[in-house]
Amino acid sequence: MKTNDKISEKQMIYLKKNKRNKFFVNLSRLLIALIFFGIWEIAADVGIIDSFLMSSPSRIIKTIKDLVVSGDLYVHVFTTLYETLSGFLLATVVGTAVALAMWWSENFRKIIEPYIIILNGLPKIALGPIIIVWFGNGMNSIIFMAFLTAVIVTTITMINGFLACENGKIMLLKSMGAKKIQILTKLVIPSSLPTFISCLKINVGMAWIGSIIGEYLASKQGIGYLIVYGGQVFKLDLVMASTVILCVFAGVMYFLISLSEKTLLKKY
Amino acid sequence: MKTILKLEGVSLSYHTKDGEIPALKNISFEVKSGEFVSVIGPSGCGKTSVLSLIAGLIKPDEGKIIFNGKEVKKPDKAIGYMLQRDELFPWRTIEQNVFLPLEINKNKDEKRKKEALDLLDKYGLKDFKKSYPNQLSGGMRQRAALIRTLSTSPDLLLLDEPFSALDYQTRLAVCDDVYSIIKNENKTAILVTHDVSEAIATSDKIIALTKRPSTILGVHVTETNKSLSPLKRREEQIFGKTFELIWRELNDEN
Repeated sequence: MKTNDKISEKQMIYLKKNKRNKFFVNLSRLLIALIFFGIWEIAADVGIIDSFLMSSPSRIIKTIKDLVVSGDLYVHVFTTLYETLSGFLLATVVGTAVALAMWWSENFRKIIEPYIIILNGLPKIALGPIIIVWFGNGMNSIIFMAFLTAVIVTTITMINGFLACENGKIMLLKSMGAKKIQILTKLVIPSSLPTFISCLKINVGMAWIGSIIGEYLASKQGIGYLIVYGGQVFKLDLVMASTVILCVFAGVMYFLISLSEKTLLKKY
Repeated sequence: MKTILKLEGVSLSYHTKDGEIPALKNISFEVKSGEFVSVIGPSGCGKTSVLSLIAGLIKPDEGKIIFNGKEVKKPDKAIGYMLQRDELFPWRTIEQNVFLPLEINKNKDEKRKKEALDLLDKYGLKDFKKSYPNQLSGGMRQRAALIRTLSTSPDLLLLDEPFSALDYQTRLAVCDDVYSIIKNENKTAILVTHDVSEAIATSDKIIALTKRPSTILGVHVTETNKSLSPLKRREEQIFGKTFELIWRELNDEN
């Protein structure tokens, strides 16, 4: 807490040091990227690495530019974003709902637990052929894949969050004569908000994995499709460019959730 | 004075996979309106169970609990429960925390809201109504918790070691604080504690329990000067004598 408005000399030094440190960290982050791409570019130009196999930053930029100009980029990005977000939302809603049911009935939880553990251990890609047969060779399969990858983790994370609710607070509400639904709405759900946010963070990553794997298996468009297609026809520029685009979008989505976390969890 | 609470031959056992654990055996006592009663005993003896029973959170295996002339079967809003930790909800402001019991009982009307807010004003939390619990000191949080308990205007307060989570200095101060609020509002209170001196400093009557399965070891009516604050009573001569008496009683039994 601030004791007075005048900042002492020592405090000034401390703040300056803090600022300098932050600058150093940010600079180092930037330098790593610059050096990495710089060496890559130079090595490709000089001929140390074969740019046909390894591509190069300038070729990646050119490929992305071409994709933008032809308008293909929007189609592919939109497709993958749509699949990822749909899978992400579905998984969050269904996973949280199942976790709520598990909190509500202890017996339901006990009965369903072993199945959840098995499904969690199962590599979801193993279900790929079945999903394609059921949902067809298109977007629905991919959305389902993204959903499946994220939903089990959601359920497990959320039920653990619900159960971590302090016993003392539950007892307090009971002593006020609270019904189970009131304990849920007044205490368990609001107290699990931090868990929910961290669950969203995990889910974004999971949904991306699911949608890209889905596109590898069956798709005609999307970033995952571009990567597979580029690999098959030996267009490594396309593979690398798609990967960079993927990195950017995954980063942006994570950043957006972190931002909402800061505003939502101020009080916790 | 009229009897507000009566326990008649109450027994209780806990059931676990490994067997049955008898916790309380044939407990009977009375609390009169306006009295401050303490329940003391060795740790794990089932003191908290006594409060849970009175609060209607658990049912006795045998015996009856009569509150205001009626048998207690479920939580009653005329009984307020205050726990060891303040259990304020961190995502609610102090004011919203104090309104919580009103929301649970679905009677959050303007009149009751105003009464609760007046209590906050009266007991020094006026400037903290819109603050969140983590902005308050331990003592202030415990006071806010007490006002939350008082917001439904209960006749009887159950205090389950409400000071034990505080450091010693704060503990003495908060004890005085809580005691004066309870007396000021003319409430009847039952305090569960393992601290013999705290029991003597606050209570009109002390009920000592044996270790498990607990029975009543003795009931002591204290002769301290009730016009003094709990802290001041600790300096009285009679305080030391009573302490020695109860201390010996508890030790002889164990």
